[in-house]
Amino acid sequence: MFRILKKNMETGKVTLPRTALTAKAPEGFLGAPEVDPAKCTGCGKCVIACPTKALTMVDRSAEDKRFCHLSYGDCIFCGLCGPVCSHQAISFKGKFNLAVRTKKELHLQSSFSLSDCRKDTAFISSNALPAKDQADDVQSFEQGDFSSRLSMEETGLKLKDKIHGLFGRSLHIREVDAGSCNGCEVEIVNLSNPVYDAERFGIHFVASPRHADMLLVTGPVTRQMELALVKTYAAIPSPKLVVACGTCAISGGIFEGNYAVVGGVDRSVPVDVYMPGCPPRPQAILHGIFLALDKIPVV
Amino acid sequence: MKPVFQKLKEKLGSAILEVSEGTAKEWRVFAAKDSILRIAECLIEVFGMRFLFLSGSDTRKENKSFTLHYVFSYVHQDQFWIVQTRVEEKDPQFPSLAPFLPQVNWHEREVQDLLGLVAVGHPDPRRLVFHEDWPQGFFPLRKDFGPHQKIPRTAALYAFERVEGEGIFEIPVGPVHAGIIEPGHFRFSVAGEGILKLEIRHFYTHKGTEKSGEGKTPEHLLCLAERISGDNSLAHAVACTQALESLGQIEVPSRAQFLRVVFLEMERLHNHMSDIAGIALDVAFSFGASQLMRVKETLLSLNEELAGTRLLRSVVTLGGVRPDISEVKKEWLIQEIKKIKDDFDKTIQLLWQVDSLMDRVKTTGTIMKEVAEVLGGVGPVARASGIDRDLRRDHPYAAYKDLFFRVPVFIEGDVESRMKVKVQEVYESFKLIHDALQAMPQGSLCGAVKLLAPSQSALGYVESPRGECFHWIVTDKSGMISRWKIQSPSFSNWPLIEYAVLENIVPDFPLINKSMNLSYSGNDR
Repeated sequence: MFRILKKNMETGKVTLPRTALTAKAPEGFLGAPEVDPAKCTGCGKCVIACPTKALTMVDRSAEDKRFCHLSYGDCIFCGLCGPVCSHQAISFKGKFNLAVRTKKELHLQSSFSLSDCRKDTAFISSNALPAKDQADDVQSFEQGDFSSRLSMEETGLKLKDKIHGLFGRSLHIREVDAGSCNGCEVEIVNLSNPVYDAERFGIHFVASPRHADMLLVTGPVTRQMELALVKTYAAIPSPKLVVACGTCAISGGIFEGNYAVVGGVDRSVPVDVYMPGCPPRPQAILHGIFLALDKIPVV
Repeated sequence: MKPVFQKLKEKLGSAILEVSEGTAKEWRVFAAKDSILRIAECLIEVFGMRFLFLSGSDTRKENKSFTLHYVFSYVHQDQFWIVQTRVEEKDPQFPSLAPFLPQVNWHEREVQDLLGLVAVGHPDPRRLVFHEDWPQGFFPLRKDFGPHQKIPRTAALYAFERVEGEGIFEIPVGPVHAGIIEPGHFRFSVAGEGILKLEIRHFYTHKGTEKSGEGKTPEHLLCLAERISGDNSLAHAVACTQALESLGQIEVPSRAQFLRVVFLEMERLHNHMSDIAGIALDVAFSFGASQLMRVKETLLSLNEELAGTRLLRSVVTLGGVRPDISEVKKEWLIQEIKKIKDDFDKTIQLLWQVDSLMDRVKTTGTIMKEVAEVLGGVGPVARASGIDRDLRRDHPYAAYKDLFFRVPVFIEGDVESRMKVKVQEVYESFKLIHDALQAMPQGSLCGAVKLLAPSQSALGYVESPRGECFHWIVTDKSGMISRWKIQSPSFSNWPLIEYAVLENIVPDFPLINKSMNLSYSGNDR
């Protein structure tokens, strides 16, 4: 007993202050890719390097325009695009607090003059580049096989103000792994360690959806988990919030388009906050949860 | 001494069609499917080889039939023996080895589900991977199955094995569990608190990863490999890249081999830390849990500073590693590891003296050596049951043959032994990181990248924190990846849990489960 106390006292306080949660990531941390429009020539080399089609380019010859897209909702932060760029236009500065309310905000677009792009010797025509099957930046609740189990009120109208009024002080979260690789779980479990200590913000992870206010979903929603996810969502008493944690949960990520994957949590249940990352750092998960509650501290 | 293949030919004669040497360590035996059982018996009983995994692929384009590869490990000579056979499309059946070799049970059922070949004589021919709403006649690993195909759902019921009698109840658990863990279903049959039978029903997280890998470039395949099992990201990526390097005959510089050891052991550290913390948490000893979770957080932050990612993603690349550890960083890391070791040591010394912990872990969830042997247990679970087996020593890869380390083995096979194995491995990892950093030569980080050889196959393997992990990659005639088989340690170890819980009480199940710490995603893929 005394030895336990002694060890505890030696260890001291390790919990990070709240301000440290929004601090910069350590030197060397990759984070999200950022494209410098001044350096980018729109050659298209990075599009080939990208494993998840987070970077795409579309040519419109009639307008002499090339549109470049970067979607953080698809990016797995692998860092493969940076080194291939011959103009050092892509940098990784450790950006990680990326949670947003709509998928559109995760989507960055810039455009170039197509004839200027062609001047770059590295230019690759968009016909030769991998392309997305369809634009998927709008929520679509109709696609899931079990969406009929949800009522109109649940999929459409949400009484946000009432939720924030009710959850002012504490929040109970039910976590559901809808087919993740367990990377996101590692980080969500870390929220309860003494360093992040989410409990001090009134955040509790609960065992039953009946006790929960928020559903925190990870994974690309596999075909075999979809029903369990929809049932868990339905079991949470209204009003409720849903946070899609990690790139897979936003778009299906690297598993998108596979026979065994539905792809994106919002195809099965309505989502309030999207949280990119592969996996998101614990700070980014807390940031996303606060965003869902409208409790982002003003820096 | 006669070479093995000569002895094999003498023993089996006409059963073997051909023996050929592949890459340095891989030997191939071609045989007709009817003689597979005889060959497997001979390899196991006469030569003492060990079955590793079964991989099926659709090669109808090349030779109008399906191909099955049975991979065996021959520890004495650091070799792998691969028995290859063909199954004709018009007669899509192969003899089941399960009655002779129980550990192939899941392997054969997986081939049935994904490739549509029937294992004749299998004692349990139910579906394994696909749940009841998957329609008949769709086999994803066949080449005529488009990866983007949308499959309709059908209605059917899964038949659990029933235990019947007075006072016997069933407890269904999952797929959504009480804690923050992955999904899977457990069906207990109990009389009071005692568990009479456990049946596991997994594959909720099946993501079709193997199919996704077909046709990918090596770099993109590595990204996918890192996402098979998140906490073992690096182990899977290294196994995958080793298979690719063997296919492309890419030389990995010595410095990169040592750096791989450093990062692989860093991964083992954070995994074992959270396993031991998990055991402490499950017996409600929160001091141990929070101390060790804090240490784990320190390790993840170290990873972040060294490699740019907390789970060691984006560390390996084809031909080497991406991040370097400079001289300054090296000294700093050695100091940090020393501090962590002292910290860990103090906490562990306390843990062994806590009665409320030790009472719960002793004699709980015992796996007998015979059971682990027959069911093909791997990793710390097998080592806790007295099986002395570690790929780092038995089939050395990366820089492990230049480093000295012990492989801890305990014989009781209970939760305590598994905990002890992990604690000892943590100490070995501290030592390995230190030694690898000191012995690391100067040089480049990455070898010259070459194209993959066409129509070849190769094996990559790593002793991941959970046990042995194999990646088997086959290329087509244009050098593209046509089949990617992932053999994760969890796939080998999950069937053991059904035995570990017998005669234990239901409240001890979380503890037993945590002590084995199996990945659902790695198993389901």
